[in-house]
Parts: sequence; C-alpha cells; structure tokens
Amino acid sequence: MRKGVTTMSRHTELGLSDADAIRMYRYMLLARTIDERMWLLNRSGKIPFVISCQGHEAAQVGAAFALDPTRDYVLPYYRDLGVTLTFGQTARDVMLSGFAKKEDPNSGGRQMPGHFGSRDKHIVTGSSPVSTQIPHAVGVALAANMQGTKLVAYTSFGEGSSNQGDFHEACNFAGIHKLPVIFFCENNKYAISVPYQKEVASLHVADRAAGYGFPGVVVDGNDPLAVYEAVREAVERALRGEGSTLIEAVVYRLVPHSSDDDDRVYRSREEVEAAKRKDPLITYRAYLIESEIWTGAQDQALRQELLDEINQATAYAESAPYSDPEEALRFVYAE
Amino acid sequence: MATKLYIEAIREAMTQEMRADANVFVMGEDVGVRGGVFRATQGLYEEFGEARVIDAPLAESAIAGVAIGAAAYGMKPIAEIQFADFIMPAINQIVSEAAKMRYRSNNDWHCPLVVRAPYGGGVHGALYHSQSVEAMFYHVPGLKVVTPSTAYDAKGLLIEAIRDPDPVLFFEHKGLYRMVKDEVPDEAYTLPIGKAAIRRTGDDITVITYGLMAHYALEVAEELEKDGISTYLLDLRTVAPLDKAAILAAARATGKVLVIHEDNKTGGVGAEVSAIIAEEALFDLDAPIMRLCGPDIPAMPFSPTMERFYMLNPEKVANAMRQLAAF
Ligand SMILES: Cc1ncc(C[n+]2csc(CCOP(=O)(O)OP(=O)(O)O)c2C)c(N)n1
Ligand SMILES: [Mg+2]
Repeated sequence: MRKGVTTMSRHTELGLSDADAIRMYRYMLLARTIDERMWLLNRSGKIPFVISCQGHEAAQVGAAFALDPTRDYVLPYYRDLGVTLTFGQTARDVMLSGFAKKEDPNSGGRQMPGHFGSRDKHIVTGSSPVSTQIPHAVGVALAANMQGTKLVAYTSFGEGSSNQGDFHEACNFAGIHKLPVIFFCENNKYAISVPYQKEVASLHVADRAAGYGFPGVVVDGNDPLAVYEAVREAVERALRGEGSTLIEAVVYRLVPHSSDDDDRVYRSREEVEAAKRKDPLITYRAYLIESEIWTGAQDQALRQELLDEINQATAYAESAPYSDPEEALRFVYAE
Repeated sequence: MATKLYIEAIREAMTQEMRADANVFVMGEDVGVRGGVFRATQGLYEEFGEARVIDAPLAESAIAGVAIGAAAYGMKPIAEIQFADFIMPAINQIVSEAAKMRYRSNNDWHCPLVVRAPYGGGVHGALYHSQSVEAMFYHVPGLKVVTPSTAYDAKGLLIEAIRDPDPVLFFEHKGLYRMVKDEVPDEAYTLPIGKAAIRRTGDDITVITYGLMAHYALEVAEELEKDGISTYLLDLRTVAPLDKAAILAAARATGKVLVIHEDNKTGGVGAEVSAIIAEEALFDLDAPIMRLCGPDIPAMPFSPTMERFYMLNPEKVANAMRQLAAF
C-alpha cells in the first residue's frame, strides 16, 4: 500500500536531493555488505575478530551525512563503520584493517578491526576502553574554539558506555563551556549481555542531558532521515555557538556483540527476529522504492557493484604484505 | 644571573612558553583566579585570561582527557593535577590514551601533552597529599616522566616538556617549591629529557637518586668528604626514559652503588636502576647494590612520628652511605 505524498517526500522536505537520499542508502548498504563479508572471513578462519555495525547503519550514516567531513571531526566507537565510510574510508581500508596488514590506515595493523583513525579524514584515533574518546571530542572542540575555527566534534558510543565517568565528565565540561560537540549514543539496549534496565536507571540516556545544561533528543535510529534531521539541528546549534547536544538513536544490534559472542544465551530469537523485520536496510529501501526514486533492478545492480568492490578489496588486502615484525618497535615516541 | 625559587622557575617556564606560542594553555583545578593551590600558575590568569588559563571542573579524567583531545588537534596543553595523589582518576586517559596515541595510529596522531603534578611527602600531607607516583608511570612506554630537583632543571625541562611532541609527566616535589633556590637564566632555554646530571664525582661510593633526595644526598656527601668518603652523585632528573649510559658510568666510577628514593621500594625506580646495573655492570661492582627507599606501606601517615618514620632524611641517607662505604 502506498503512503501519502507528504510522507513520500521526507528527504525532499529535509532539503536532500534524490541523489543524496540514494547516496545514504549506498553507504548503509556498503557498511552492511562489508560487515557481512567480515563475518564470512572470520568464520572461515581468515580474520580473527569482527565487531559489527549491523542494525546501526541508518543511525550512523544519517548522522554522518549531517556533518561536513572537511570541517568537522569524528571520534567514533567500534561499531561506527557507517560513519567512517561516509567520512571517506573505503572497503579496501576496512579489509586491510581486518587482515591486519601494513597498509591499514587506522593503525598499520596494530589494532583490532573497529578501531578507527585517519588524520586526513578527520577521524581521531580510538582505543578499546570504552568512552575514552568522549572527553577527546570535547578537547577537539575546545581547541578549535581557542584557535577560532568553526567546527563540530562528533563522538559516538553505546548506551552501556554512557555509564562511564568519562561520559559524564566530558558532557559536564562541554556544557560549562558551551562547546560544539555532538554526543551521539547508539542505544541498542544491550551492553554485550546486560540489558538496558540493568545499565541505566533513567528512561532514556538522553534524559541525562538535562544535568549538563544542553538538549537531549531521542530519535528512531532505524530511520536515517530522522537521524539526519536531529544531527543537522545539533550541528546548526553548535555552529551558532549554542553548545552541545546529546542525541540518543534507538537501534538494535542484529548480530552478536562480536565474533566471540553467543547472543542466544541472553536474547530470545523472537526478539531478534522482530528486530530484523525493522531492519533499516529493508525499511529505507522500501521508502526509496515507494518514493519512486529507486527500483528493484537498480538495487540489484548496486548490490553487484558493491560486491565487486568488496571482492576486489578483500583480494587486495589478503595478498597485501604484513608489517615487518620489527615495525612493532616503531612510533612509541616521535622519530 | 638571578637566583629563583623552584616554583618561580616553573611559573617562568609556563609564562614564557605561553607568550611564545598561542597554542600553549593551562588547565586544572584552581589554576586561574587562585593561581593554583601552590601558586605555581600565579599571574597567568591575569596575563593570559580565562580562555588560556582554564579553571577546570573537579574531574581529573576530563582534565587529562580534554587536554588529550586538544593536544591531538594541535594545541599544547599543560594540565595540572592538583596533587599527584589525585592523578589516579586520570590514569586510564594517561596510560590508555596519551601514551598510546602515536603508537596505535602508526604515527598518524600524536599527543603533545604535559601533565604537571606536585608530589612527595614530609609536609604533613598524610596518605593522600604525600605520595610519589612516578613508579606507576615509568613502566609505561609512550610516556616520559621528569622529576627535576633544581630550579634550573625545572625551568629547562619544563620548557622542553612543553615543546616535546609526546606526553610528558612533570612531577614537582612540593617540598622543593620554596626550599630550593638556584641560578636560573631569565631567557627561555631547554634541557634534554632523559639526561641525568652528575652532581659531584668521587671514588668511594656512587649514589643514584632524584628529586628531594638529590639534595639530601648532596648535603651528606659534602659531610662525608670530611671523613674521607668521596661520593659520586648522579641525579637522574628524568625517570623515563632512564639515562642508561649515565647510570652505568656512575656505577663503574666507584663499584659501590646506593640507589635512593622517597617512593616505596618494591617495583620502584631503584629496582630498574639496579637491574640495569646488574645486567650490564655486575663485574664492575665491589659491593651488592643497596637501596634506600620508603617502606612498602600504602602511604605516609599523618602523625609526625609515623611520617618521620616513613620519610627519608639526611641522617638515614648518611647511615646508608657510610654503611656502603664501609663494605
Ligand atoms: C572500560 C571497558 N570496560 C569493558 C570493556 C569490554 N566491553 C567492550 S564493549 C562492551 C559493551 C559496550 O556496550 P555499549 O556501550 O552499549 O555498546 P554496544 O556494544 O552495545 O554498541 C564491553 C563491556 C571495554 N571495552 N572497556
Ligand atoms: Mg549497547
């Protein structure tokens, strides 16, 4: 059944062209398809670890689309493949990191997959202890303010990670100094196995923003256009000098926490199946088709194109050289 | 050349670097209007304003973490931790983040951060205003740890630390702030991080130390000279990276080594200094390596009797030095 004309043109109402709306879908699909490939490579014993973006793509791509990669900085967390791809990383980059090859732009093969960083793409290097990147985003915003540069520092994290002191300390600091930071929480309702009710006492993570003196917004993270709208508003606020925003995108992680997790012990299959029916890749594609800017045939062609790209990236990364072992000794300090 | 207090030298280093480089800024608790609880940042707020002398909220992980983000972006922050004892909430940021940024990004990002913190006891500061914390950090590759003992060293090493492209922990013995005064050039100058200083040469025993203990050892060495005991005294100045060549040369100079530090013994800087000597200069020794350190108890008690028991003093230092000389 077709929806009314007003809902049909949501992206147009947001000022996005048809091409933009399709580009969003392309990044979402690229992230999903790379992620699926990473799991295959893991299960066939070729790469030791995967941590997934599946189910978070709409939130990530919608958010990153509202930023300007030439102006803004992102301090993402391990799931944020959709963010880093939108900021210019490629399938080849991801595969080089998966295979831990010398050319891995994040770390030269030093870090696990999902630990992003590329100075030239404004992606600040991240680590494994959760939430440490959140005060860094505040520092980037503070530094830019001091240097008189207008930008937005975007940082993302899970709802479980919003319990860390670093989250609170960073938000408080940003609130005091009215810094241009977007705190983006991808609430998938679990921190590995621990459900939301055992992690957070308030109804929403976004409620916490009140304590920091800036707005907290809850948005449907399965809807890239809703996320885009919320983040764009936060960007405008930040650039007007009005300070930070905490955005909570409600999502669902469609796969286990990582390649080492078994989610069957803590989530019912019914729950996962219900979430899969709301998979943003399916619902957003349906939106594009209903909006008559996308067809099944185009979708097939895009899937093939992305698969080709990923196949080439995989082949390239698999045969790319490792670092020499002694490279492990380099870059402890400036050389 | 004017003589200046240790704390004045530190203040002068920050002032001159802030004048010279708009990217240098100071952040910490009470560093602004109050000029710091020890007055190390006095006058900076008046000269540079609140945007560059930031009274941070009372949250050490944010002080370190926000400074790290600013450093990664291109600033040169000097983060003050009010007492070294309160660096603990910031350890994750310092060890997991600042120390590893360059390494984990394969040299793509780096972190030109200075963390200043007053440390050390003997000032009735009890458990949580007396600790020496250098051993917790000198183990961590990616960090540099500086512990100057003179005003001259403090200024030159702090300017060097601010200009260093990597994170430097700058530990200032609070007992030295107003106790030590020496000649300090008015203009900016640097001293290399990782270079020890030979305070005196001698033939009978070698003392290797740093911080307040460098003063005690020098004082005692001059006393012992009258009794015919001649001391070679090495002030490490930097505990990470250790000046291995200077340590080995000092050990070989007399063959009898005493390592002294106020910090407790187990796993302290003295353990590594001893291991370096044992590995590379064992056959040049004429006596077992000796260590004089604080006792392995959690921290320094408040009561004057127990505080004196913990702290080293010239008398304890003299006893150890005589004992080694007699070996
Ligand atoms: C400081 C710290 N403690 C524990 C871990 C192990 N760990 C990694 S992810 C994770 C759960 C994070 O949950 P959440 O923040 O909700 O993010 P999600 O994975 O659900 O996206 C845990 C416990 C860690 N990486 N860092
Ligand atoms: Mg979660």
